[in-house]
Amino acid sequence: MRLLRRVQIGQVLKPVFSVALGLTLGLLVTKIAGEDPWHVFKILVNSAFGSRYDLGMTLVYATPLIFTGLSVAFAFHAGLFNIGAEGQLAMGAFAAAAIGYRLQNLPPYIAPLVATLGAALAGGIWGGIPGWLRAKRGSHEVINTIMLNFVAAGCCGWATIYLIPNLDSQNPETGAVGANFMIPHFAFFGEAPVSFALPLALLVAFGFWFFLWRTVTGFEVRAVGQNESAARAAGIDASKVRILSLFVAGALAGLVGVGEVLGTAGRFKLGFSPGYGFIGIAVALLGRNRPIGIVLAALLFGALHKGTSDLDLETENVTRDISLILQAAVILCVSSEGVWDLFLKRGRKKEAKNG
Amino acid sequence: MDDSILQMINSTLRVSTPLLFAAIGGMISERSGVINIALEGIMLCGAFTAAAVSLATQSAPAGAAAAVLCGLLVAAAYAFFVIEIRADQIVAGIAVNMFAAGATAFLCKILYQSSTSTPSLALEYRFQSAPVWMAGGVVILAWAWMKYSPLGLWVRFAGEHPEALDSAGIGVKRVRWFAVLLSGVLSGMAGASLSIFLASSFTRNMTSGRGFMALAAMIFGKWKPIPAALACLFFGFSDALQIRLQGVVLWGSEPVPVQFIQILPYLVTILVLAGVVGQSRAPKALGLPFRSS
Repeated sequence: MRLLRRVQIGQVLKPVFSVALGLTLGLLVTKIAGEDPWHVFKILVNSAFGSRYDLGMTLVYATPLIFTGLSVAFAFHAGLFNIGAEGQLAMGAFAAAAIGYRLQNLPPYIAPLVATLGAALAGGIWGGIPGWLRAKRGSHEVINTIMLNFVAAGCCGWATIYLIPNLDSQNPETGAVGANFMIPHFAFFGEAPVSFALPLALLVAFGFWFFLWRTVTGFEVRAVGQNESAARAAGIDASKVRILSLFVAGALAGLVGVGEVLGTAGRFKLGFSPGYGFIGIAVALLGRNRPIGIVLAALLFGALHKGTSDLDLETENVTRDISLILQAAVILCVSSEGVWDLFLKRGRKKEAKNG
Repeated sequence: MDDSILQMINSTLRVSTPLLFAAIGGMISERSGVINIALEGIMLCGAFTAAAVSLATQSAPAGAAAAVLCGLLVAAAYAFFVIEIRADQIVAGIAVNMFAAGATAFLCKILYQSSTSTPSLALEYRFQSAPVWMAGGVVILAWAWMKYSPLGLWVRFAGEHPEALDSAGIGVKRVRWFAVLLSGVLSGMAGASLSIFLASSFTRNMTSGRGFMALAAMIFGKWKPIPAALACLFFGFSDALQIRLQGVVLWGSEPVPVQFIQILPYLVTILVLAGVVGQSRAPKALGLPFRSS
């Protein structure tokens, strides 16, 4: 009983400790720039949570990270590593913008629904390709998803500039979507565009849990992820599960387009994502691939992103680039958690010897 | 020969140089069983260090030496995390890339009050053609070394049958450390050839995916030095071609969309891996941490 409790507390304490350690190490770097790390930390917290607007912006950044975190985690439960969320979200966002631009006159309520489905489908297809390649041709999804990120960037770039460009702007972006496509904002957060994408993300997180832990197909996905040969022996079609899993993972990443295109920008802007797909890997890792963990981890990384955005103005030498260093430090600390298990084991052995 | 063909060969060789260094580095690391996505970040650190040190010392060789040292240090940190702590190699690699992007911009701001680029280097403090020759030498050396030296053999065994290597009394971890450090040295040089050979300064995120392109070339080249080098030349050629074709009208009235030439290396890699164009197989123990029993 005592052992059980210790293990469970460890499950919660380890990530918290890793995050604290990573943030501390990352913030110590600001010492090099002649800033007081504690002062920088206070700016960070204030800028991420200081007002309704700040909190809203943190949520705006956290929303895509929930989607990409869920995307990476879903593939992970099937034993697959999805590094392609970055490309999938680009395809999803572009699809949402293309639908919104071409079908300007769709009626209200129907319009955002169609664009949302289109975003999920486009991301899903982009994720399904490496799933199919893995299942049918045996080529590894890690490399294929990395490569497809670049291919997606190229394709979206071409389609944005040549097919549906915004002719009034020098920036590489598509024309605006119809007014009926835009989804409402929460007034509570003032100017911060916290749209219905946030509740959608939470709903999808719940669906993620329900599907994986409460349905037969979800069980099959986890079975393939945990022990493929056992799953095969039980009559589960592992290659079908693989394709499905990366399709769903891609669809989840594609939903990033809802908040970005229908909630905020109203169009697809080339390169809008500051690496949401890659940070999603960290979010899934930190969130232990569980929906609640992922939502909390996405909040943390969203807060880091928003918090560092004010550093350019408020400090002499520290720019928002420090957010990359902080994120890297947190990721390294979280990914090194195996070390604690080693120490714990050694400690337990000692205990056993002594006791 | 036609002048433009000569020019094309020249620019292909120049553009391929950083790819060659990085691809050979990545190959050595992966043949030893360690995935190296961190190439991109190590290159970026090397590029910054080379530019900064060349500026300070007014000497390109000093800049390159510093870049190599910097690559060694970053690779050592990566090796520590993935070999000793057994952190996931892909996750740790992504972290190194993020760190590199943040740290180079951060230091650039502190040293030069600009987070976008370092001051420009005068032509006489940059390399003229030396890196091209060095890259060629590295490819041939790597080929001979992998094939004929005992250490090269150990590296291959560390990636294919680490247990066999271990029972022969040779430390798998030490071999992998060596391989990752060597890949750091080469990636550092790859970065230097970006910032003080192809360009005249470090600019923010100047690697822009070249580390991943080097990985793609390595896979296209079946994890072997000479084919990987040829793949680099092919990717370098398509890069040079894309620069030349910018705004050129080949057919119809529209200029050739460069995006399609840009994605060519990545598409080729996917096709090769799928067995459509030849076959490519990764080292068996790639990505698996080794625990000595």
